[in-house]
Amino acid sequence: MIKKRGSVVQRRLIPSYIFLIIISFISVFPLYWMVTAATNSSVDVARGKIVFGTKLMENMRNLLAGQDLWGAMKNSFIFATVQTLVALFVCSLAGFGFELYHDKNKDRLFSLLLMAMMVPGVATMIPLFKMMSRMGFLNTVMGFMLPAISTPFLIMMFRQNSRNFPVDIMEAARIDGLSEFGIYWKMFFPVMKATFAAAAVITFMNAWNAYLWPRVVLTDKKAQTMPILIANLSAGYVVDYGMLMLGVLFCSIPTMIIFFILQKQFAEGITGSVK
Amino acid sequence: MKKKGKSIQAKQQRAGWIYLTPATLLIFVMSFYPIIQALITSFRTGPSSRMKWASPLTWNYTRMFQDKLFMRSVGNTFLYLIVQVPIMLILAMILAQILNNKDLKFKGFFRTCVFLPCAVSLVSYSLIFKSLFATQGLMNHILTSIGILKENYNFLGNPGSAKAIIIIALLWRWTGYNMVFYLAGLQGIEYSVYEAAKIDGANSWQTFWRITVPLLKPTIIMTFIMSINGTLQLFDESVNLTSGGPANSTITMSHYIYNNSFGVGVANFGYASALSFFVFILVAILAAINMKVGDTRD
Repeated sequence: MIKKRGSVVQRRLIPSYIFLIIISFISVFPLYWMVTAATNSSVDVARGKIVFGTKLMENMRNLLAGQDLWGAMKNSFIFATVQTLVALFVCSLAGFGFELYHDKNKDRLFSLLLMAMMVPGVATMIPLFKMMSRMGFLNTVMGFMLPAISTPFLIMMFRQNSRNFPVDIMEAARIDGLSEFGIYWKMFFPVMKATFAAAAVITFMNAWNAYLWPRVVLTDKKAQTMPILIANLSAGYVVDYGMLMLGVLFCSIPTMIIFFILQKQFAEGITGSVK
Repeated sequence: MKKKGKSIQAKQQRAGWIYLTPATLLIFVMSFYPIIQALITSFRTGPSSRMKWASPLTWNYTRMFQDKLFMRSVGNTFLYLIVQVPIMLILAMILAQILNNKDLKFKGFFRTCVFLPCAVSLVSYSLIFKSLFATQGLMNHILTSIGILKENYNFLGNPGSAKAIIIIALLWRWTGYNMVFYLAGLQGIEYSVYEAAKIDGANSWQTFWRITVPLLKPTIIMTFIMSINGTLQLFDESVNLTSGGPANSTITMSHYIYNNSFGVGVANFGYASALSFFVFILVAILAAINMKVGDTRD
């Protein structure tokens, strides 16, 4: 009886399954194609070959001959990692302060900071470029990350998620002689680990994928990051699709690994402060 | 004793302010100060090393409204906004509804697939779509071999199809992203609410409009604001998928501003600042409208 009901339910869901299969195929196929194209010659890619080929090493040689691939990978890794660590520290501290030490003035300041969400990157790019070049931060990690460290999004995420932080324990800890910073480091950080993980994933991804600002501030080829490198790959008149897709693959490998291993944290990081 | 209590409180208050300081300073220096600078620069003109006040002061703005190319970039951006955002959000909602069905199998698998496009950068997917829709690309190969097209079509070389491909690419990249929000929201709704509606004789359409939409309203508004904000600032796709072409027919506002600021041989900071301040005002107005709509319906 129960089994029969189950099969009826499943039969009713057939349109849903078909719809999901189609959408899933559309979602996955371009990425599958990108990976296969990286192993094929440009001619084969243009001919519509969609299975894995044998030209991976050749594409690799061509890519390395024309571009400083490892340099760009290294830059991307260093810049994104440093930005993630600094942003997490600065924003978690602020979220912690806003929520657990809050008073009227701090709440007012918080509303003011939220307005930074409305400031588009393209509007601040010229003044920031001038500022960074005056301070000698062009082509440096400082120039890369300074505008992206403190974001209302991350501060809000830490603030919202520390709503349930046990305030009574803070009092107890103070009586036991723990300093204010000790409370952050020894209590807040361990309790909020899940939020830190989600924030780290989303910040790293954003930093790795950033394009507009890095293109402005990283003027030297030696300082370029992966998105800039692959954008330059396709700028020529004749495009080698095999090599281009190999570059795109390299740019995507770290973020794809993070996606598959930490999908839950990634989803939490995106939805961030929505609770 | 009382005195000591007070000083401890003062110490705590101070600690709270110290925690806020780095983040606050950075936002002031990296967002608020530059936007004011942009406003000031927008009244100035000339090469970046010897800028002077424009006369009349609003010259850059007058020029902006007469700049056909900029107006086209505004039109393009709004076209992407009006066509793409509603389709994307509706599709995301449908997917979330389907995936929230407790009888559905392979949920995790489907969710991962639909969400997967978010794992690649905007530059990456722009280049993938550029290659897929190239004149000698896979799409042309498929369409000609199944007989839909007689000969290879230059998708990115024709204004209409180039715009359509930007919209398709945006849908591909962002639908799963928004679905995640709706799915998280739907999972927050107690199942008993739906059961009760069912007992009261509501069909699934009524359940959706009377229960799901009102309960998800904050999420829906937020995805709207985010999508509008994101679309108004489109840059990576315009630059990397179509290079703004053919003949600037797909260029976005941010792309045009970038070209005016850092394009080859151009450094028109005054004019570009006026354009960027226009974008700032658009973003602010649309965000305000959205908030207002969100408030009054409560």
